[in-house]
Amino acid sequence: MTVYLVRRLIQALFVVLAMSLIVFIGVYAIGDPVEILISPDADQIERERAIRALGLDLPLWQQYLVFLTNALQGDLGRSFVFNEPALRLILQRMPATLELAFGATFLALLIGLPLGLYAGLRPNSPASKTIMAGSILGFSLPTFWVGLMLIMVFAVQLGWLPSTGRGETCSVLGFIGITPCSSGVQWSFLTTDGLAHMVMPAINLALFKISLVIRLTRAGVRETMLMDYVKFARAKGLSPARVTFVHVFKNILIPVVTVVGLELGSTIAFSVVTESVFAWPGMGKLIIDSINVLDRPVIVAYLMIIVLMFITINLVVDLTYSLLDPRVRLENKGT
Amino acid sequence: MSQSAIGEAAPAAPRKDKVETPFRRFVSEFAESKVALLGLVVFAIIAIIAILAPWIAPQNPYDLAQLDIMDGRLEPGSRNGSDTFNYLLGTDDQGRDMLSGIMYGLRISLTVGAGSALIACIVGASLGLLAAYVGKRTDTVIMRLVDLQLSFPSILVALMILAFLGKGVMNVVIALVIVEWAYYARTVRGTALVERRREYIEAAQCLALPTHRIMFRHLLPNCLPPLIVIATMQVARAIALEATLSFLGLGVPITEPSLGLLIANGYEYMLSGKYWISFYPGIALLVTIVSINLMGDQLRDVLNPRLKK
Repeated sequence: MTVYLVRRLIQALFVVLAMSLIVFIGVYAIGDPVEILISPDADQIERERAIRALGLDLPLWQQYLVFLTNALQGDLGRSFVFNEPALRLILQRMPATLELAFGATFLALLIGLPLGLYAGLRPNSPASKTIMAGSILGFSLPTFWVGLMLIMVFAVQLGWLPSTGRGETCSVLGFIGITPCSSGVQWSFLTTDGLAHMVMPAINLALFKISLVIRLTRAGVRETMLMDYVKFARAKGLSPARVTFVHVFKNILIPVVTVVGLELGSTIAFSVVTESVFAWPGMGKLIIDSINVLDRPVIVAYLMIIVLMFITINLVVDLTYSLLDPRVRLENKGT
Repeated sequence: MSQSAIGEAAPAAPRKDKVETPFRRFVSEFAESKVALLGLVVFAIIAIIAILAPWIAPQNPYDLAQLDIMDGRLEPGSRNGSDTFNYLLGTDDQGRDMLSGIMYGLRISLTVGAGSALIACIVGASLGLLAAYVGKRTDTVIMRLVDLQLSFPSILVALMILAFLGKGVMNVVIALVIVEWAYYARTVRGTALVERRREYIEAAQCLALPTHRIMFRHLLPNCLPPLIVIATMQVARAIALEATLSFLGLGVPITEPSLGLLIANGYEYMLSGKYWISFYPGIALLVTIVSINLMGDQLRDVLNPRLKK
């Protein structure tokens, strides 16, 4: 296990390095940083001073090394627009995004598991067919358009839910009553107003995952129902409920949870769309705004953080998986 | 993993007793699903509308001379200012007929979607074939790249590339190709690995045919079925992704509005109840994607050898 762990860690490290190189080349070499970093009305002398100050006269590999050393020290540059460290800007907005992503994942499991279980147990009932047709729609519908329609129906026409923003927020400590609500990391799900603001974005983001969970669960149930141990459990005279929930459900839970865990990263990435639609002040909205005004340090910082996040998630999922299923570990030993 | 889980295990089609060519059998099996046929018909109509847009659209939405700003944000069914035709689906803030806008938007969406899927297919399939046929180092390098890329979600990769390259139709196509090629490569490699151990490849090798000929004339045709399925699904995905990117303002430029950009244009008016600017392009997008997916679903069932009895 230790060997496996170490090897996976080294692999992950290489991926991080490779991605940092790609991001660096992409942002600093394909685009012209001088154009963006230095104001157009600066004269020649000012330009040259700025180029030297920013280290843009160095060879590219030296620039990369500087970038890497700074990045390791947590310095990913300053935002041109906000004039704040890019890293801090992103970390400030991270709770909003995480909250949304976790809310969506929770909803996906809450809605997807029972529906998938039902569709798997009674594959031919009309209700199951409706569920499956619905899940095709969930895959097909473009997220942003569903978001717009949700706003149109529930915010504009019916006026039940607020359309944009995070609403009232509170910190965990403030929620328990130890400190005032406004101090510390702010969360929307701790206030009723915040929850109301969160409902539509979370559903919007969850839509794809719900379909995915339904399909995975259904496929898993149908496969597991044919297994010998299920037949044996039935033959033993166990109640159908016990067979379903203990023997079948437990076994399909591993792949479903793995996939949903893996999908957490993509949920965070796709929150870019949902956040833009609902003006949810998270990392996703920040990156879109930054790309539109070419705020490169923020773009680089966002990409680096999300890459790091992805690699960590993949690593954790891989390791958990190899703990749960020794075959994965053994298979990898040979190569 | 998620890809295969999405794949439905539908019951195999019952065999019919008549003399058939493979193509006829394929057609009749495809036609067994009424839903898939509906998808085909709908998609054909959409494609025809897109191709014929300049001749059948009530107005040319990009010809500023034909636009009347006084007609801005009219409700569906309103008469136009010069009393020549009705705005069946309303107008946007520029006084542009939405129906015409959608027809022209479909052109761009379909071109970008199908074009990028085609290029990605050529690139991905070639690399996949190469990986499977040559093996060893080549295989390892290509598949590592595929794995690396597939471990990041499509939207993130596309976002990254467009952040580097900036807006533009060509850049969107490049981004979509980079996002998609890995799916083709993985699929083709999987099939080709099985196929290359067959006798006909051995026979071709014994004839000392050139490698590229074996790869593209012998191996590739036998890897086509899964490739067709993936390509169909990827066209739908590409169209959806392009729309999403354009909606976010990273995709096509304002001078060549695709459906996604039309929807984005209507976003700010939606809150004041002027729903049609976003709603109808969205419906057009939805119908396009669903019709392609319905065809793809049936193609997967028909072309999947595992489901054949």
